[in-house]
Amino acid sequence: MKIGVIRFPGTNCDRDVAQACELAGLKPEYVWWSEEKLTDYDGIVIPGGFSYGDYLRAGAMASITPVIDGIKQMVKEEKPVLGICNGAQILGEIGLVPGIFITNETPKFNCEWVDLKVSTNRTPFTKAFKKSQTIALPIAHAEGRFYTQDIDLLKDQDQIVLQFEGENPNGSMEAITSVCDESGLVCAMMPHPERACEEIFGSDDGLNFFKGFL
Amino acid sequence: MLFDIEINISLKAGMLNPEATQVERSLDLLGYEVKDVKTVEIIKFQMEGEDSQAIRENVVDMCERLLCNPVIHDYEISVVPQEE
Repeated sequence: MKIGVIRFPGTNCDRDVAQACELAGLKPEYVWWSEEKLTDYDGIVIPGGFSYGDYLRAGAMASITPVIDGIKQMVKEEKPVLGICNGAQILGEIGLVPGIFITNETPKFNCEWVDLKVSTNRTPFTKAFKKSQTIALPIAHAEGRFYTQDIDLLKDQDQIVLQFEGENPNGSMEAITSVCDESGLVCAMMPHPERACEEIFGSDDGLNFFKGFL
Repeated sequence: MLFDIEINISLKAGMLNPEATQVERSLDLLGYEVKDVKTVEIIKFQMEGEDSQAIRENVVDMCERLLCNPVIHDYEISVVPQEE
């Protein structure tokens, strides 16, 4: 199972994601932003970081690069796409998932472990969890406040994937921190599953997100 | 003809603006009592073209495709021909 790990100038979680893919039994391969042909890959991860220095808005510059055309083609072919942190912001900017991740309610860079509720397990990435199960993952972002104009539609179509449990650290609408497209195959998440793939890091809940590609 | 373009990008009415809130708090620390702080982003550039309407249509396209996110932003465009 060959997974393309997308790299933009400013991406910085690419190697962590590749390591997580390997732990999950996948074959990761780095893909530069100028690559348009992604037909060789069975799935895509857009890792976190600060693509193009977060200029204009986080993810805005990356959303118009050639690799995005390749990703759109993969979505048409119903292949799974996971966007983590900056990758989630990019998926929101492209419009492949509903809503957008904007500056936190208090404009602080939030870097901490959080408890999350798995709101749907119909996506490949959350299929190993029970619905409403609590998992622990770290977050690390200043622009992660989820906002959408269509919250009722998201609920009706079961597109809310993860929600903060207990405290809502960034003021996200309904504490949402991960959403998917209608099919469930494209998933955007602010928490970092690649930083929670081995018990030594405090949790291995994140590994299931990568095993989801199998 | 050379045109001066200016785009004012602001958050839609009613949207939380953490930057503005922080500016208001900081001004308060300095002893200034202000309210209803807003921040806008201004992007300026120049374009060659025949008429301002065609230029404006181009700039609207730029705003919709990259410079703004229509989910959260309003924008105002000014297109001014440079004097010969």
